Amino acid sequence: MPVETASPGRRRTWWTFVNVVVIVYALLPVLWIASLSFKTKETVTDGNLVPRDWTLSNYGDIFRTDEFVRALINSIGIALIATFIAVALATMAAYAVARLEFPGKRALVGVSLLIAMFPQISLVTPLFNIERELGLFDTWPGLILPYITFSLPLAIYTLSAFFREIPWELEKAAKMDGATPAQAFRRVIAPLAAPGVFTSAILVFIFCWNDFLFAISLTSSEASRTVPAALSFFTGSSQFEDPTGTISAAAVVITVPIVLFVLFFQRRIVAGLTSGAVKG
Amino acid sequence: MTSTRVRRGAHSEGKRSERRLAWMLCAPAALVMVAVTGWPIVYSVYLSLHRYDLRFPGQQEFIGLENYAVVLTNSYWWTAFGVTLFITVVSVAIELVLGMALAITMHRTLLARGLVRTVTLIPYGIVTVVAAFSWFYAWTPNTGYLAEAVTPGSAPLTERAASLAIIILAEVWKTTPFMALLLLAGLALVPDDLLRAAAMDGAGVWQRFVKVTLPVMKPAILVALLFRTLDAFRVFDNIFILTSGANDTSSVSMITYSNLIQGLNLGIGSTMSVLIFIAVAIIAFVFVKLFGTAAPGSSAQGGGR
Repeated sequence: MPVETASPGRRRTWWTFVNVVVIVYALLPVLWIASLSFKTKETVTDGNLVPRDWTLSNYGDIFRTDEFVRALINSIGIALIATFIAVALATMAAYAVARLEFPGKRALVGVSLLIAMFPQISLVTPLFNIERELGLFDTWPGLILPYITFSLPLAIYTLSAFFREIPWELEKAAKMDGATPAQAFRRVIAPLAAPGVFTSAILVFIFCWNDFLFAISLTSSEASRTVPAALSFFTGSSQFEDPTGTISAAAVVITVPIVLFVLFFQRRIVAGLTSGAVKG
Repeated sequence: MTSTRVRRGAHSEGKRSERRLAWMLCAPAALVMVAVTGWPIVYSVYLSLHRYDLRFPGQQEFIGLENYAVVLTNSYWWTAFGVTLFITVVSVAIELVLGMALAITMHRTLLARGLVRTVTLIPYGIVTVVAAFSWFYAWTPNTGYLAEAVTPGSAPLTERAASLAIIILAEVWKTTPFMALLLLAGLALVPDDLLRAAAMDGAGVWQRFVKVTLPVMKPAILVALLFRTLDAFRVFDNIFILTSGANDTSSVSMITYSNLIQGLNLGIGSTMSVLIFIAVAIIAFVFVKLFGTAAPGSSAQGGGR
């Protein structure tokens, strides 16, 4: 915090300086990997922060390999399906938690809190064997299930926090007019709750998109390997080629959606992240 | 439960249908969570009491606590445990300080507030593996800008101390924004009047921070610490990419993973799973009991704000 007696000009300079530090801190690693992805094969190891020769060939390379395209499809498909199901289930549960009195509410909140803090690695060994026996190993559902499970607590918290802010008199009014609780939920509350639902969908998507541990433990082939897992197997287009450029290009491709989310929905993401966590 | 709703005297039919609706709404989520976590936990306890090596499927048998004896007398396990604790404590401590600075910046900054908040969300959102590769190449001799500038002529990722420092750097970079956001929410609860009153009484910037801001923020700080400690204890992605556990830099997650994929020994792997689970439970218990961290949502009816 600046000294409050400092002149406005000095405070301005101070804050400019602090903000520049923050921005450089946050962006430098991202810009660095982007810079690597634009370097030519000859200059990739020159250690320069900015490419001397710019090229798009790394991007061309990865989109020509099955390995990456397949992984990208897996990533998108798995993350979208998991997000959709998790948010649907969480919306129902969060409505009940925020609005209804019922035995077992504490247990539900408690269990989801436990799962939020659960060490995921503890599940990997047993899930590996269970999925192998059920035939879920190395399939989309084999990843979607753990993703749903681990994003449900986050989604339930965020959503029930949002739901508590909704003007519920409207629901009462709808009930007065003869709507059942279920109808009141669908017709009146759901539209009001849409922004909250959307926010938790973004958070859940980021979580699924990000996962590496499950992706690398519960898959064994291109059938279901997502991009983060595939990246760690990248060897470049030929076996003897240094994969730095291609890994960087692939990394940039999967970073783009995150950057877009952050740019467009910054306010919502902040609200969602802090809603469940600090109140209580 | 027994908590009173106003329409107590009203016909209990409405109440029963409310309860039924609530259960129906919660059932799918609860079922998925229990099926995907509850059953595997029980199963891993079962597996941990058996000799179960996928390479020798015929030799499966009940062996009591033998697996636990094997793991708990293994020096790799304790090294990994020590590394995990070290990374957790150091990175969370740094994150708390940096996160607080960042939160204050976001709270007080006069210009470009939206820009600062947007930018700090990028490390939170970015795929950990991507960030890990960025750090990996940055510290690779010749290729990286940091390797050339900071440690010319050596390969930091082949030395234990340097590797651990880089892993912590990567963790801190990635998670400080999240810490800052949690703290920012706590910071917003500090009443300006209180700060002004303290300033009137002659308290300096630092005094106001220590005597007013910190005590008011204590619950938010503890929750943030609890979340981040448990999260840091799971550290895996960064280590996998940066060192693959070379030079004794494996965390407990890393060693469990390698045991599963390379060793295919499910008995030992499950034993490690159970031990990690117990360690995490102890950490959470310590936070809740000793520091009185109020778990978010623990007040059944936390609403109304």
